[in-house]
Amino acid sequence: MSYFKLSFRMLRRDWRAGELNVLVLALIIAISGLTTVGFFADRVEMALARESNQLLGADLLVISSQPLPEHYADKASQLGLTVSSMTKFPSMVSNGDNNLLTEIKAVTEGYPLRGRVHLASRSSRNLMSQPQIQAATGIPQPGTIWVDEKVMTRLDLKGGDVVDVGATQLTVTELVVREPDHSVGFINMGPRVMMNAVDLPETELIQQGSRISYNLLVAGEVKGVQQFRDWAKTQLTKTQRIEGIRDARPEIKAALERAEKFLSLAALASVVLAAAAIALAVRRFTQRHLDGCAVMRSLGASQQQLFRLYLYYFIALGIIASSIGCLIGFAAQEILTHWLTGLVDTALPWPTWLPALHGLLVGLVLLVGFALPPVLNLRSVPALRVLRRDIGLSNAHSMAGYLLGLAALSLLFIWKAQDLKLGLYIVAGFISAIAIFSGLGWLLIKVLSSLRHQAGGAWRYGLASIRRRAASSVLQAVALGLGLMALLVLTLIQDDLIKDWHASLPPDAPNHFLVNIQADQLEPLEEFFQQYAIAHPPMFPMVRGRLIKINGKNVSPEDYTDDPHAERHIRREFNLSWADRLALDNQIVQGSWWKEDTREAVLSIEEGIAKTIGVKLGDELTYDVAGSHFSARITSVRKVDWDTFRVNFFVVVPPGLLENFPASYITSFYVPPTEVDMIHELVRTFPNILVVDVAVVINQVQQMIRQVSQAIEFVFLFTMLAGFAVLYAAIASTQDERIYEAAIFRALGARREQLSRAWAAEFVILGGLSGLFASAGASALGYVIGKHILHLDYTFNPWIWLIGTVVGVIGVLLAGLLGTRSALSSPPLLTLRKVG
Amino acid sequence: MLDHLVKQPILWTQALTKQVNTGDKQLTILQDIDLQVNAGEAVAIIGASGSGKSTLLGLLAGLDLPTSGKVQLDDIDIFTLDEDSRAALRGKILGFVFQSFQLLPALTAIENVMLPLELTAASNAEATARRLLDRVGLALRLHHYPKQLSGGEQQRVAIARAFATDPKLLLADEPTGNLDSATGIQIIELMFELNREHGTTLVLVTHDETLSQRCSRQIRLADGKLVK
Repeated sequence: MSYFKLSFRMLRRDWRAGELNVLVLALIIAISGLTTVGFFADRVEMALARESNQLLGADLLVISSQPLPEHYADKASQLGLTVSSMTKFPSMVSNGDNNLLTEIKAVTEGYPLRGRVHLASRSSRNLMSQPQIQAATGIPQPGTIWVDEKVMTRLDLKGGDVVDVGATQLTVTELVVREPDHSVGFINMGPRVMMNAVDLPETELIQQGSRISYNLLVAGEVKGVQQFRDWAKTQLTKTQRIEGIRDARPEIKAALERAEKFLSLAALASVVLAAAAIALAVRRFTQRHLDGCAVMRSLGASQQQLFRLYLYYFIALGIIASSIGCLIGFAAQEILTHWLTGLVDTALPWPTWLPALHGLLVGLVLLVGFALPPVLNLRSVPALRVLRRDIGLSNAHSMAGYLLGLAALSLLFIWKAQDLKLGLYIVAGFISAIAIFSGLGWLLIKVLSSLRHQAGGAWRYGLASIRRRAASSVLQAVALGLGLMALLVLTLIQDDLIKDWHASLPPDAPNHFLVNIQADQLEPLEEFFQQYAIAHPPMFPMVRGRLIKINGKNVSPEDYTDDPHAERHIRREFNLSWADRLALDNQIVQGSWWKEDTREAVLSIEEGIAKTIGVKLGDELTYDVAGSHFSARITSVRKVDWDTFRVNFFVVVPPGLLENFPASYITSFYVPPTEVDMIHELVRTFPNILVVDVAVVINQVQQMIRQVSQAIEFVFLFTMLAGFAVLYAAIASTQDERIYEAAIFRALGARREQLSRAWAAEFVILGGLSGLFASAGASALGYVIGKHILHLDYTFNPWIWLIGTVVGVIGVLLAGLLGTRSALSSPPLLTLRKVG
Repeated sequence: MLDHLVKQPILWTQALTKQVNTGDKQLTILQDIDLQVNAGEAVAIIGASGSGKSTLLGLLAGLDLPTSGKVQLDDIDIFTLDEDSRAALRGKILGFVFQSFQLLPALTAIENVMLPLELTAASNAEATARRLLDRVGLALRLHHYPKQLSGGEQQRVAIARAFATDPKLLLADEPTGNLDSATGIQIIELMFELNREHGTTLVLVTHDETLSQRCSRQIRLADGKLVK
C-alpha cells in the first residue's frame, strides 16, 4: 500500500461517506458548464465561420493587383485545402449599340468554394414575374456568360443573346440572382458579369495597366486555413493582401467577438462560483481530517509524507470529478445543439476534444488551487490533538491559503477570456471585491454585534453566533456575495447584451442601400417611395475625396507600406459627408461635436480610421475633392456601431463646407422580402443608382443573435446550478458546529423552535450581508465590463440593490433552514457522545 | 533475555515544565518534573482530572513542546530535534494506545495496523499486521472498517497497531476510558500480555487506581507536580 494507494483509499471512503459531496458537486457543475460552452462554442464558431465564409465564397482570399505567384496555390494544396481562382476587372460589355460598364469576374472550376451562386431559372426570363431560384451546379461553360439583372435590364438582353466582351463574343445563358461575394465591399460595385476564365485570353482585356484584381480562393479545415493564413502573411508583397470574413465584414466580426466573449464569461462565472463553493467546502473537509492527520503525525508521518498523501488525493479527486463534468458537458451540448437545430441551417461540425482537455485542466487547477493550500495546513496539525481534541489548526482561516487559488483563477480568466484586458478586469474586480467585502463584513459584524444587547431574543442569539464564528461568517458572506455577484453581473450583462443586439438589428433593419443618388433625383425618389408607401429614408450627402495632407505635410500610400490596411485607405477615396447632428448610433469618444450653424472648417473622424492612419484630435486633414483642396481640423473622434447596418461615414463635417463640391447621396432602408418588384422598378426608373442588397448579411447576423441568445440562457442554467452549490457549501460548512450547538442548546432545554429562530436570524443577517456585497459588486463590475469590454451602453439599475439583497436574504434563509433541519432533529445525547 | 536491559533508563525527564498564557496570567500545568523509566518497566501515571497527566504524556511523546526542561528518549534529547525528526523517532520507537482509539476511518483493520509500518517503509508489513491481528483475536475481522467494529474490537486493532513497529516504549492514554468495564478488563489483559511478549516498556496514564496497581510503579501527579 503505497501513498498513492493510501490516498486513493481515503478518497474512496470519503467519497462513499458523502464527505466530498459539496466539493464534487461544485466541480462537476463548473466543469460541465465550462465544457458545455466549450464544446458548443467550438461547434457554433466553426459553423458560423463557415456560414459567414459563404459571403466571401471562400474561407480566405489572397488578393493582388498582379498575377499571383503559383506558390500560394501550391502551398494551399499541400495543406490539403481546396483552391480556385477569380479575376475581377471592370470592362465595357456591349449588345449592339448598348454599352455598359460592368464588373467582370472570370472564375475557374470549383468557384465558389463556400456558398452557392443562385440563378433564376431559364423559363422565367420575364423579370416582373417571381423568378424560380435555383443553385447553380457549376460555373459558366466556355463561350458563355452569366449576368445579373442590372446587365439584363440595361443592355436589354434575353437568354441566348450574344454580347461583345473585349475582343471576343460570349453567349448569355443565365441570370444570376445572388452570388457569394456580392455584398463584400459593396460601395464600388456595378453591374456584374461572370465568365469562365478559359475565355479570358481571347477577350484581350488583361493588359498592362488595366485595373485587375487577382483572387485566389482558399477553403478547407479550420486548422489548415489558419496554417495557410500564417504562412501567407510572411509571403505577402506590397501588392498582395489576405482577406477573411473577419477582415471583410466589420459587423459580423463585431457580433461574433461579442458572442464569444459573453459565452466564455458566462462559463467563467460558474467557475468563480465553483471556486467559492470549494473554498467553503474545504473548511469542513479540513476539520474532518484533523484527527486522521494528527494520528498519522503521532505514528511518525512526516510533513512531506502528508503533503504527498493529500496531493495525490486531490489530483485523483480532480480528475474523477472533472471527467464526470466533461461527460455531462458533452451530453448537455448535444441537447443544446439538438434544441437549436432549427435555427442552424447547416449541420454543426463535430466538436474538437480541446474543450474536454480545458475542462479537465480547469478542474484540477480549481481544486488544487483552492482546496489544497488549506488542506496542506493539515500537515502542521499538532500531533498533540490525539490527546487533546480541542487543539485545532491555528491558521485554518488564513487568507493566504487562498492566494494560490486566486492566482490560478486569474490565469484561468486571462486564458479562457483570451483577452488580457478582460481577464485582468475581472481578476482585479474579484480581488478587490474580496478585500473590500472581507473588510466591510468584519466591520459590519463588529458593529452589529455591539448592538446585540438592544436586539430581541432570536436576533441576539443570531448575532452572537455570527460573532462567535466571525471568521467563518465573513468567509461565508464573502463567498456567497461573490457567487451572487457573478449571477447578478451575468443577468445584467445578458439582458443588456441581448436587448442591445436586438435593438441594433430590429426586424426592419435597413437591408438595401442606394448609392450614387444625384441631387436632382432626391425629389423623384421621394415620390417613388411614397408610391410604394415606404417611409422616406434619410438621404446622406456624400463627397468623395482623397486624403493628401496631414497637418500640411503630404501623405502618400508609400508612407504606410508596413500597414496595408492604412495604405489602402490612403490610396482609396474617402466618403466625406456633412451633418448638423450626431448620428444616433455614433458616440463621441474624444473632443466634442460642433455647435449648430458653425462656419469653422472642422471635422469628426471615426476612431478606427483615425488610429489606422495615425491622426488625433487637433490634426488638420487636407482632402483632394475633384481636383480642389479642402482642409479641416479634427475636433471630435467618434465611435461607430458598424453592426447596425445604417449608413455611416468615416469623416463628417458641418453643413456648408462641402456644398460646393459635386455630391451624390446615399441611403439605406428596409424592403420586405415580398416587395422585390419595387427594387426592380427602382433599378429601371433610376438606372444610375446602385442598389446594394445586404439582406443576406442581415439575416445571418440576426440568426446569430437568436442562436447566441438561446445559448446564453442555456449556459446560464449551469451558472444558476453553481450558485446553488455555493449556497449548499456555505450551509454545510458550519453544519458540524451547528449539530453540536443544537445538542447543547437542547440539552439545556431550548425548544427546537427557539433554536431555529436564532438560526434563522443568523441566516437573514448573513444573506443580507452577502446580498449587499453582491449588489455593490455587480453594479461596479457590470459597469466596467459593459462599458469597456462588451461596449454596451450600460444603464445603472437601482433595482439591482433590492433584488440582490432580497435574493440573498431569501436564498440563504431557505437553504439554511432546509440544511439545518437534520441538525435540529438529531437526538442531543447521540451527538454529544459522538463529539465527546 | 531482557536482563541486560533492566535498569537502563529508556526515558527520563529533567525539570520538565509547561506553562500556558491565559491572557493576563501564566498558568503552570507541569512544574519541574524529574522522572526516569527503565527499560522493561510498566509505569502508571495517575492523578485527578486536570492534574496534568495528559500534558505530561504529550511531552514524553514529543507531541508538544515544554516551556523548559528536557526529555530524553532512548538517549536522544527529543526537543533538540525538529517536528519531522521527532515524528520519525516516534514512528521508530513509540507505540500509542488512545482513549478514543484513533483509527483512520478510511482504512480497514489490517490497513490501520499496516499504516505505521508503511510510514517507516518496513518490509513485510502485511504479514506482520496479519500476525498481530490474529494475536489480538481479530483474524476474522481483517477487512472490516472501524465503523463496522465494536469499541472493544477497535481498541484491539489500536493495540495491534501500537505493537506493529515493535516499539521500545508504549504510551497508553486512558485505554479503557471509552469502554464498558468488562471489555476494559479484557483490553488491559491483552495489553499487558503483549507488553510482556514484546518486552516493551509501558507508560500508562489513568485515573483508575485499580488499573494503576497492575503496573510495577506508580507516579502520582497533583497540580502539575510529582507527589512522592
